[in-house]
Amino acid sequence: MSAVSSPPKAQATSPTSAQAGNRLSPVAVHAQKARKPRTGSRRSSILLKAVMAVSGVVMIAFLVLHMIGNLKVLFGREDFNHYSHWLRTIGEPALPHEGFLWIMRVGLLVAVFAHMISATVLTVRAKRARPVAYKAKRKSVQQTYASRTMRWGGVIILAYILYHLLDLTLGVANPAGTGATPYDRFVADFQRWYIVAAYVVPLVLLGMHLRHGLWSAFQTLGLSNARRQRGINLFATGASTLLILGFLVGPAAVVIGVVK
Amino acid sequence: MKLTLQIWRQKNADDAGRMVTYQLDDVSPDMSFLEMLDVLNERLILEGEEPVAFDHDCREGICGMCGMVINGVPHGEQRATTTCQLHMRHFKDGETITIEPWRAAPFPVVKDLVVDRSAFDRIIEAGGYISVPTGSAPEAHAVPVPKPDADKAFEAAVCIGCGACVAACPNGSASLFTAAKITHLGLMPQGQPERDSRVKAMVDTADELGFGGCTNIGECTAVCPKGIPLETIARMNRDYLKATRG
Repeated sequence: MSAVSSPPKAQATSPTSAQAGNRLSPVAVHAQKARKPRTGSRRSSILLKAVMAVSGVVMIAFLVLHMIGNLKVLFGREDFNHYSHWLRTIGEPALPHEGFLWIMRVGLLVAVFAHMISATVLTVRAKRARPVAYKAKRKSVQQTYASRTMRWGGVIILAYILYHLLDLTLGVANPAGTGATPYDRFVADFQRWYIVAAYVVPLVLLGMHLRHGLWSAFQTLGLSNARRQRGINLFATGASTLLILGFLVGPAAVVIGVVK
Repeated sequence: MKLTLQIWRQKNADDAGRMVTYQLDDVSPDMSFLEMLDVLNERLILEGEEPVAFDHDCREGICGMCGMVINGVPHGEQRATTTCQLHMRHFKDGETITIEPWRAAPFPVVKDLVVDRSAFDRIIEAGGYISVPTGSAPEAHAVPVPKPDADKAFEAAVCIGCGACVAACPNGSASLFTAAKITHLGLMPQGQPERDSRVKAMVDTADELGFGGCTNIGECTAVCPKGIPLETIARMNRDYLKATRG
């Protein structure tokens, strides 16, 4: 291409390439480019998906521990507050106070950012791959509601996590305030119907996100096949349902007055 | 049968294009979808209008040339059927049918319902082949292939490259097409020497061409006229991650 526009002097030094450049049709040029894909110039979509799968599994592992910890609220104020305090002392004296917690937090932050960045890149690519939308109202042949709401669902879940941190971790958005114990904050929250709603709705969304996410992780990491597909789908549905039900036990106990 | 057709009309690649409505009064339920369009085109020609351009060749459901998005579903709602094998008896009298071309950035519209699917050729060129010395044919039994492998490979090899998977995918991903070829060749002994380089080159080429990523939704396999299973994508992912780890 450059040979065509280059001055005669430059052409004289490489006459063959100049001639070849002149003879190539646009189609041939396109074909030549395609034959030598510029590998590495664009991060592979499968690698991005693998990052999403692994970071997603890390976050789910955390959620399982978080859910089990939350069930402690059923054992009363003493047990729950003691558990909360114990989390800050794990590994002492080898680790400083809250050391283990900060290792977990940094790990989770890395997972959250990796998940978000990959999702953003893949979303932008998906939008660019379909610049003109179909006029016919799109009929879903196969896709589920859960799989269609992954992207916006993810954004809503992020907003919920930020609120959740301000509410129960930092306490600034909590009715009982920053000075209250974890147990009192928990109870103060779910005695108010609008806070119950602010937790239940995102948790159900999270459940759907995890259902498709878990299935998707198996597929992305190449662990799925036709025979296992049914089992993986059942596992994804079962595990996300159990996890979300586990999270709902605490708030439900406050609502019906078992925990107060 | 009386039908109202809403068809995407676009003069050329640079034209903005628009939906145009046509009335068709005497459609036989025994016509194929393409024959129905032939009837419309004969009328348009008689009226001195430009006929609707669409791709077709064998009309036997095997060449992969035909394909249009019918009422929002590639090849129409009838499962495991190409547009040419879709018959008008599956539609209701008086129905309004929307007909659009495949929509994907790597498949630019050439005219009306015709899109340029050369992008698929680029993916195949990148690695959808095996390198063998040509000449005299080898003895057929020299390389044994286990029957289950042969069956699975064939299940993937029936891909006709029509592009319905890309058209159906909300992400405009070519994963099912690429995975079908990777599965087909990756299961055969002849495909082993280039297995790693093939999956790398084909997937990276699809990414470079501007196809989207897979979100494991399954629309592709649902509309595939040949029923290529979703597990081929899992196999492609597995092979790709293995090839990347080295």
